[in-house]
Amino acid sequence: MMAAGGGVGEKVDDKNVELFLGKLLRWGVLLAALVVFFGGVWFVAESHDVPQNYRTFRGEPVELRAVPQIVDQAIALRPLGLIQFGLLLLIATPVARVLFSVLGFALERDWMYVVFTLLVLALLIYTLTSRSGV
Amino acid sequence: MVALGSFLAGMLGSLTGLGGGVVIVPLLTLVFGVDIRYAIGASLVSVIATSSGAAAAYLREGYSNMRVGMFLEIATTVGAVSGAFLAGYLHTSVIAIVFGVVLLYSAYTTTQTATDSAAGMAPDRIATTLRLDANYPTAEGLKSYHVRNVPIGFGLMYVAGVLSGLLGIGSGAVKVLAMDQAMKIPFKVSTTTSNFMIGVTAAASAGIYLRRGYIDPGLAMPVMLGVLAGALVGARILPGAKVRTLRIVFGVVIAALAIEMIFQGVRGKL
Repeated sequence: MMAAGGGVGEKVDDKNVELFLGKLLRWGVLLAALVVFFGGVWFVAESHDVPQNYRTFRGEPVELRAVPQIVDQAIALRPLGLIQFGLLLLIATPVARVLFSVLGFALERDWMYVVFTLLVLALLIYTLTSRSGV
Repeated sequence: MVALGSFLAGMLGSLTGLGGGVVIVPLLTLVFGVDIRYAIGASLVSVIATSSGAAAAYLREGYSNMRVGMFLEIATTVGAVSGAFLAGYLHTSVIAIVFGVVLLYSAYTTTQTATDSAAGMAPDRIATTLRLDANYPTAEGLKSYHVRNVPIGFGLMYVAGVLSGLLGIGSGAVKVLAMDQAMKIPFKVSTTTSNFMIGVTAAASAGIYLRRGYIDPGLAMPVMLGVLAGALVGARILPGAKVRTLRIVFGVVIAALAIEMIFQGVRGKL
């Protein structure tokens, strides 16, 4: 077997990391969906029959845009804040995957890929924390 | 209504392997009259949901190539950020027209059948340096493959990222094109690795859309839950489904939506 790029042991490690990641992602999505569902039921129950207007674009208020404010809104148990927090959890699932891939590559001592993965991770964190999103 | 439409979109997306994202934006804008920016925000969220939700099933099969995925994600995330920035400056009509064109291409790819062109290639210098070559399980046991044309694949992935950030789709079709056609990666490996990458790409643009206030919780909620439920049901009934017929029907639907999107975009209605 001319498996270029890695020995047998490395392959096994890759596989274990991947299986763990798969489970992590599924639980993350499930948790996010539950939070969104809970917030959604609450939101619908509270807003009665006020028709929502998405035809004209207004943009979301500040408290539903930035990570710290969304967390505050969710802790204050505002329905829209809860939904947005669930969506944030969902966005975090691929970020977590990248984070664990860094660890996975580090365990394999594949430093080139540790750097590549850190690059992707840095970019993801930047987009979530950059000041205005421009 | 939005939840039901998203449910159908998610189901069709998972049955045909195209992902629900391609139909969410036309569905929301053309049928429900939603502003395209809100539609893109909601679509991005559903793209992440299906990608992360399906990852476990894909990973178990052992086809995906983590190194290829991670290396190319540098290109797709940078592309996604550029696309999302671009979306802030382009007129919504222009976005609608670009969307229509990409949709037409997706419709075209549904009519193409997969061919594997990977066999018997010599190793590539860049791919060897980057340790991209690997093997995957087939009926005859593990089979090794060599990755080709890394720069072209990397460039195409940047384009896929831009489209994803600009239009709120997974760009699965372009990703598979880059890996399968340009880089000569076996089809099974391309599709699973692509699913792997779609979530990360979409997360990069979703961050920017969220910060910009394009992601509305009231709209994203039914879309995300609908697409997720649809994708789960789709995966359940997939083994017994007439995929061939479905793909053709879905292809026609997408083509019709694409033409409508372009038409409305030209008229400046979106």
